[in-house]
Amino acid sequence: MFKILDKDELCPKIYRFRIEAHKLVSKARAGQFVILRKDEHGERVPMSIGGLDKEKGILTIVIQEVGKTSGAMNEMKAGDHFLDVVGPLGLPSHTEKFGRCICIGGGVGIPPIYPIVQALKDAGNKVETIIGARTKDLLIFQKELESTSDKLHIATDDGSFGTHGFVTTVLEQLMQDGTPIDFVIAIGPVPMMRAVAEATREAKINTWVSLNPIMVDGTGMCGACRVTVGGKTKFACVDGPDFNAHEVDFDEMTSRLKMYHKQEKVAYDLFLEHHGKCLAQESES
Amino acid sequence: MKIPRVDMLEQKPEERVTNFNEVPFGLTPEQAMQEAERCLFCKKPKCIAGCPVEVKIPEFIELVAEGKFSEAARKIKETNALPAICGRVCPQDEQCEIVCVLTKKHTSVGVGMLERFVADWEREHNEIIIPKCAPPTGKKAAIVGAGPAGLTVAADLALMGHKVTIFEALHKPGGVLIYGIPEFRLPKSIVAAEVNYLEQLGVEVKTSFVIGKLDTIDELLNEEGFDSVFIGTGAGLPNFMRIPGENLKGVYSANEYLTRANLMRGYAFPDYDTPIFSGKNVAVLGGGNTAMDSVRISKRLGADNSYIVYRRSETEMPARTEERHHAKQEGIEFRLLTNPVKFIGDEDGWLTHMECVKMELGEPDSSGRRRPIPIEGSNYLIPVDTVVVAIGNSSNPLIPQTTPGLDTNRWGNITVDEKTMMSSRPGVFAGGDIVTGGATVILAAGAGKVAARAMHRFMLGLPMIEEPPEEEKDKKTDKKKPKAEKKA
Repeated sequence: MFKILDKDELCPKIYRFRIEAHKLVSKARAGQFVILRKDEHGERVPMSIGGLDKEKGILTIVIQEVGKTSGAMNEMKAGDHFLDVVGPLGLPSHTEKFGRCICIGGGVGIPPIYPIVQALKDAGNKVETIIGARTKDLLIFQKELESTSDKLHIATDDGSFGTHGFVTTVLEQLMQDGTPIDFVIAIGPVPMMRAVAEATREAKINTWVSLNPIMVDGTGMCGACRVTVGGKTKFACVDGPDFNAHEVDFDEMTSRLKMYHKQEKVAYDLFLEHHGKCLAQESES
Repeated sequence: MKIPRVDMLEQKPEERVTNFNEVPFGLTPEQAMQEAERCLFCKKPKCIAGCPVEVKIPEFIELVAEGKFSEAARKIKETNALPAICGRVCPQDEQCEIVCVLTKKHTSVGVGMLERFVADWEREHNEIIIPKCAPPTGKKAAIVGAGPAGLTVAADLALMGHKVTIFEALHKPGGVLIYGIPEFRLPKSIVAAEVNYLEQLGVEVKTSFVIGKLDTIDELLNEEGFDSVFIGTGAGLPNFMRIPGENLKGVYSANEYLTRANLMRGYAFPDYDTPIFSGKNVAVLGGGNTAMDSVRISKRLGADNSYIVYRRSETEMPARTEERHHAKQEGIEFRLLTNPVKFIGDEDGWLTHMECVKMELGEPDSSGRRRPIPIEGSNYLIPVDTVVVAIGNSSNPLIPQTTPGLDTNRWGNITVDEKTMMSSRPGVFAGGDIVTGGATVILAAGAGKVAARAMHRFMLGLPMIEEPPEEEKDKKTDKKKPKAEKKA
């Protein structure tokens, strides 16, 4: 059982949980992930590590409600417990000394960028971070990344804050500012990671993405998380989650992520129906 | 001996394909005694030698014949900690029953069903007696993996007076018994009861604990104070055919399909949150017990057509006779001498067809089985929306990668001295599928027994071998085929 120490809403339907997990935190490194299970009937869900407080043994996880499981998790409160938090899983990100590094996060891919920025800084790199969102109100982890990065760049699709455009708009500007870029890592929605891969492909900049395919056990046993990288089948849970962005088959990845869309919709509709009833009852009483 | 072998009553095929309840109902006490009386109680029984954990078969059967069912269960438990499981999933027809003297003229004694009967009797009548463990030795053993090998080692070491902790990566102990073998063949409550028995022996079970990530083997030995470690992590990564279209939606590894259905109870979706996709036309590739389990699950999930697609003939199939029989009863179609060459999908990436080629059998290959050869130009399409690839596993690299000095063979299996099951690292032992490649529950348990005896001697500083068993010398663990079909 893993206790939720506190929880706060970062923006609508996105919550930050700080979970007590001393042993796990002491072993975890930037770029790894955990698998959470809420209760006996729950799914095993892989989640990126959004922060590690090594001194206090606290794990930060950011969850966006996209379906039943994430919705139910986001209903948990401080003092509640996750039945299982397994990890650290996967290989840590490459965080040796490269030189000039660009870390890119989009949506709930922003929090896992944070420990990577820290680790790259610790390794003696110059780290610039780009975060992007649809609009100003959906930007998260701005403060954390501002304090750790050498420079924080922000892009919003609607231009309500920072550069008007995508994270790649900023990336392309940085690629042209005269200082060579030695390392790029991007975490976020698949279309964003693909766009980053395309942006750096021609210039052959060392670029990595952290993949989040469907997964069950997280230790290599089930083979659900297979992705094609460089023409070969890899298991994201043991061979990744970070892969060379220029070798990933993003089409296949996108397709496989849709495997359970129908079932997910059934479960989410049932959840929302029940959730609606509960809210109605709450307001009545 | 004219008495015919007793038949276990079981759910009718048309009924059982609509549920996940166990198929055979087990024997009645009268049936058990009747079956036990068929045993000739041979002076020099061959059945014991056929059993990897040397269950005292005639002795326990004699107790059954006398109606002493709980005593019979205890007799089995002298050498086998998991009788309710082994009675259900052991390949008896290739082990104890095949060598039964009665087989020559009649049918063998139903050793498996009797083992199952007495274990169930003891449990259902609350007559399980927790044996007294030996006085504490003050030594600590860590077991990595709560599957059949690890559970056996844990039980034996606890009885010898050692403090035992099992570390399991999944959230429930049991390994393949929990994630792999379906409820209708091995109810989860039975695995839970056997694990509970271990806990009453004083064994501590830590779930959701991934060794190699949370602690390494070295940390267990050097920092956590364990005096020896047993690695029973199982077979590991699933094999695929390496043919086009393998990552289309609808193509599963057997491990994923089974884990979703069994451990995560995907068949109860949306009551349980884990979904499983099971279409109307399902092909399962392979001929082992894993393949039979998968194909029988597909029927229960509502498939109209479920196929076993196997490249040799039924004679070469590794699956237990009973599983093949049950599958056929449930309407599973066997497409033998057939091999897939390509998976075909629609524009959305969903599997729609599988292209297969017909095979013929040539001369025996290194496995002793006749080699399948493709018949040129015999390609044809099977319409399928789900394929489950059940062609075995290769070893999981997690522990070898994080344990310096731990030798593995070219398939990544841990190499051990098979007299002691000790690896190249002193104090680190291994057994089960991580050593042999995919095998059976009972072989894993057998390896566990050997390891437990050696770990005991290692921890107490005794000579590793008591009396060297000479006849064991010709076995070579590291030469075994790695790709054999897994599970009992």
